[in-house]
Amino acid sequence: MDLARDTAERVARESYGRLVALLAARSRDIAGAEDALADALVAALRTWPERGVPASPDAWLLTAARNRMRNAYRHRTVTAAAEPDLLLLHLPDDSEPQAIPDERLKLLFVCAHPAIEAGIRTPLMLQTILGLDAARIGSAFLVSPAAMAQRLVRAKAKIKEAGLRFEVPFPAELPERIAEILDAIYAAYGVGWDGHHGGDAGIRDLAQEAIYLGRLLVSLLPDEPEAKGLLALMLYCEARRAARSDAEGRFIPLERQDARLWSRDLIAEAEALLIAASRFGTFGRFQCEAAIQSVHVQRPLSGRTDYSALVTLYRLLAERHPSVGALLGYAAVLVEAGRAAEARAVLESFPAEEVRTHQPYWVTLARMQDALGQRDAAAASLRTAIGLTESEAVRAFLRTLL
Amino acid sequence: MQYMLLLTEPETEFAKRNHPEHAGEYWAGWNAFLGAIAQAGIIVNGDGLQGPHTATTVRVRDGKRMVQDGPFADTKEQLGGYFVIEVPDLDTALEWAARAPSASYASVEVRPVLPPMPKPAA
Repeated sequence: MDLARDTAERVARESYGRLVALLAARSRDIAGAEDALADALVAALRTWPERGVPASPDAWLLTAARNRMRNAYRHRTVTAAAEPDLLLLHLPDDSEPQAIPDERLKLLFVCAHPAIEAGIRTPLMLQTILGLDAARIGSAFLVSPAAMAQRLVRAKAKIKEAGLRFEVPFPAELPERIAEILDAIYAAYGVGWDGHHGGDAGIRDLAQEAIYLGRLLVSLLPDEPEAKGLLALMLYCEARRAARSDAEGRFIPLERQDARLWSRDLIAEAEALLIAASRFGTFGRFQCEAAIQSVHVQRPLSGRTDYSALVTLYRLLAERHPSVGALLGYAAVLVEAGRAAEARAVLESFPAEEVRTHQPYWVTLARMQDALGQRDAAAASLRTAIGLTESEAVRAFLRTLL
Repeated sequence: MQYMLLLTEPETEFAKRNHPEHAGEYWAGWNAFLGAIAQAGIIVNGDGLQGPHTATTVRVRDGKRMVQDGPFADTKEQLGGYFVIEVPDLDTALEWAARAPSASYASVEVRPVLPPMPKPAA
């Protein structure tokens, strides 16, 4: 019994997205595929303890789920006459394990399709590829389980009814479409990262799920440098997790972190990925951000942070992939490099509307004002920043700077 | 699957249809699109519509018929025509929608056509 349950759980974990992708690829019916797979898993728990775990549990589940889908389809189309339950008929021959084709890349492209609202793409991936339930996704995204479930149902209905293409896009649109997948995965990591100080283990795990998706994408798209760049970026950040707060949960900024607490394995993996990505010789936002992280993790080796390298990288990022975050990062490293006057010019270029409630802007502004000797202005900016901070740990840290 | 492309246009474009200077260019763009989509063999049906100034809207409320001069909604873009096309998926339908001249200055809404209802059981 335990072996059956363990096997079912392991297969559910490892093969969930693979099986959903395969079951939904032709019908585009993700919800139907998930329901059928759930039924197949229940049937497995009922059957395997008696008949033994099949040699290829994946193939067994796939066939059972396919039968279930076919059956459900018949029930919908034919009049509701009683039909024999086909779930357990025609199960695969156990003699040789069958290879299950991997259609998850197609499913990722569907989840991050431009016809799907951007805000639901990440939850869709977490659910369809990793099998996370709506309650857990909702808690990470600060939405009630019912609301998240409803949004997921609506997105899946759109995929099915509007007939989204379950294929890898044409080369001409590929870079843009891959960028959408990368953004959605990075959004999952961002939610996991922000949740770090909340102490919610479920949210913290979301960073792990994002890294899982990152690894999956690297394996599915081995010739895509930005997939490597994104995974490297997440691994650099993950490597510093233990050093990011002290025993009391207080925030420790990168510069003051104890580098001995950084994970060397994760850093080594990130460095290898970044080098592999750079061989393609193309600029990419995630590679550039990963390179910035790479400069930071060199500090324990050289004893100092190479701010001139950071200025170069942030300027490149701000020019090639402009965003508020990139420009703020540029301003911040200019201050640290002793070029506060240039940082002021960058900060003054922001439209007031855009940054009025943006906490990182006020932190950077305070730092710049402090560097220029404007103590009162710096303190006022810092107070604004504290008022805009959501995390108690960061708030406590900022108060120490006043 | 069948999709309807709902082609909307602003007043300035409707005005070009009979404009001595701009009509040639306007119709050349639409005819090229029509030619391409016809050649692909995917048209189920489709028409251009007379301008919104010819529209009349009817509503029946409390058994009383109310007739209004003009389109159902007063918006900057108005329906100028439609196509129903037969293509494998939304992505292909969007490719065709993007090729419509009006996609560049107005918008094209793409909607799957409701499949035929199953016959009710006797």
